[in-house]
Amino acid sequence: MATVLQITDLETHVATRDGAVKAVDGVSLTVEEGELVGLVGESGCGKTMTALSIAGLIDVPARIVGGSIRFDGAELVGCPEETLRAYRGLKLAMIFQNPMTSLNPVLRIDTQMIEAITAHQRISRRAARARALAALAAVGIAAPGERLDAYPHHLSGGMRQRVCIAIALLHAPRLLIADEPTTALDVTIQSQILAAVQALCADTGTALIWITHDLAVVAGLADRVAVMYAGRIVENGPVDQVLTRPLHPYTRGLIGSVPSQQQRGAMLMQIPGMPPGLINRPPGCAFAPRCPRSDAACTAEPEMATYAPRRAARCWHPHVDVEPAT
Amino acid sequence: MSVPIIVLDGVSKRFVRPLDLAARAAGLVGLGPGSTFVQAVDKVDLAVTPGEVVGLVGESGCGKSTLGRIIAGIAAPSDGRVSFRGHDVYRADGEANGDAALKIQMIFQDPMGSLNPRRRVTDIVGEAPVVHGVVARAERNDYVEMLLARVGLEPSYRSRFPHQLSGGQRARIGIARALAVKPDFLVCDEPIAALDVSIQAQVLNLFMQLQRDLGLTYLFISHDLGVVEHMSDRIVIMYLGRVVEVASTEDLFRAPNHPYTQALLADRPKLDTAKRRFKPIAGEIPSPANPPAGCHFHPRCPAAMARCRAEQPALKPIADGRLSACHLND
Repeated sequence: MATVLQITDLETHVATRDGAVKAVDGVSLTVEEGELVGLVGESGCGKTMTALSIAGLIDVPARIVGGSIRFDGAELVGCPEETLRAYRGLKLAMIFQNPMTSLNPVLRIDTQMIEAITAHQRISRRAARARALAALAAVGIAAPGERLDAYPHHLSGGMRQRVCIAIALLHAPRLLIADEPTTALDVTIQSQILAAVQALCADTGTALIWITHDLAVVAGLADRVAVMYAGRIVENGPVDQVLTRPLHPYTRGLIGSVPSQQQRGAMLMQIPGMPPGLINRPPGCAFAPRCPRSDAACTAEPEMATYAPRRAARCWHPHVDVEPAT
Repeated sequence: MSVPIIVLDGVSKRFVRPLDLAARAAGLVGLGPGSTFVQAVDKVDLAVTPGEVVGLVGESGCGKSTLGRIIAGIAAPSDGRVSFRGHDVYRADGEANGDAALKIQMIFQDPMGSLNPRRRVTDIVGEAPVVHGVVARAERNDYVEMLLARVGLEPSYRSRFPHQLSGGQRARIGIARALAVKPDFLVCDEPIAALDVSIQAQVLNLFMQLQRDLGLTYLFISHDLGVVEHMSDRIVIMYLGRVVEVASTEDLFRAPNHPYTQALLADRPKLDTAKRRFKPIAGEIPSPANPPAGCHFHPRCPAAMARCRAEQPALKPIADGRLSACHLND
């Protein structure tokens, strides 16, 4: 399988009055062709900044200060804006959390979709409109002809997110980055969106990075999951293995925090404390102050270490003991 | 079954959109449209026994928050009665009845939006108990510190402003404020939806701890079935203003009766489902301003029959302690 995306030691910092916020602090991640990767973490852990760095949407006061992003064989860090523009929408697409703010409120859906098509392809308006119609039908929008003439405010939240997905997949990109696209939606609508994305990625062979704070969504959707904490990936592995036998104490804590895992009414296995600030972070493991396993060794920064084929964690005291012998 | 603490009897809430001048003028000569209204809550009956945790589940626009606000004495119902230990929560003029309303407190979804940004924690938490004579003014500071300790915050947080607190800490202040007037019943409206996963678990644990320590009764409103399953003894499912199913938590998750409940349970993302094909329920949630006739769920229901399009199914007992509103049960 070909590698679509290879991020190595990416560092994205945001300049503030109090100093540089290390929003992304040495992230390495590889995505294979057609692979569905879940990127999980709490607010402020840097998952959105990682996504924006890949898409080249970082702007002052934020800046990529180090590392490399190789996408489809080309280096994206430091490449000119025109190159990025040629990629975005064609080979690399992104959908955002809030579908209202990512559609232009004063343009009709057809205008926005036709623009997205003709930006990358010499094609007549009539043909482009036919493509847009087919794309809307493919994401499960009823009466797509009428919807093409609608403005975004005519559509419900779930419908708008479908339009965003249809636009993102117009050119069958190599990689789709989805930043919490179902967080604002109801459970039954979320399920519809997940079904649509899953089917379309399978049809077009598009690789997917699905960013979420909800481990349960990743469980049903992704092949592989990467868990982020304080700007770094702390665990990476096949989704079923990570969720059943987590290596990192943070992953274990996150899973324990999900109510449906436990006896009804029993106290949840909570993680004490709260995520650290990202300015002037002390050296060592960022999770140590909240970690039940931390000791003197944790004052030094642990490296990402491989524990099994395709499984890695950044911890001095991983839960390898719970790994079954088989 | 013991005497219920809260009884709702045919509670309805309509929000009427006022007509503008042109429409009123047209109405005078018998031309214009009538006033449009949203039936947010439609004839809900419910009884909650002391010490019980009732989960209220539904999607956006189903009326669950409105129902919570009606119970908490914040929004008078258009029809029906709310009573707390036999006393009406609302007086005849629609105002909340002080004594009953004081014993019912509400915890809101947005912990920042529900705290006054210009007041310190000590004022936010300590004002109501002094006004209502729960504590003397001189004992206020000690009382606030005791409440902060109860919700797991240091006494030093007393002098902070809301913007100096994290989301989880704000949620705790919201809980301390509700507890300050010694309520018996808490309406919790999506109290953890705005919080991070690891903080959600901390706040849920706090809710369970408080219930055990203080013998509180909860109405726990959420769209997250996992949270409701964990917290509740009994679950009420709402769809477009109507209650469609009531059952004990075990019964509901073992054998959901209403097709909407079944769809909600099937669509719920769970940790133990390895990669699967999502088989979603079709269709959008209709607008509550213009709900479908008959059973509100029929356009999305896989088992809809001709009768469902014409006749509204009644909420009827289907087993001991279980209610469901579906024609399939006949």
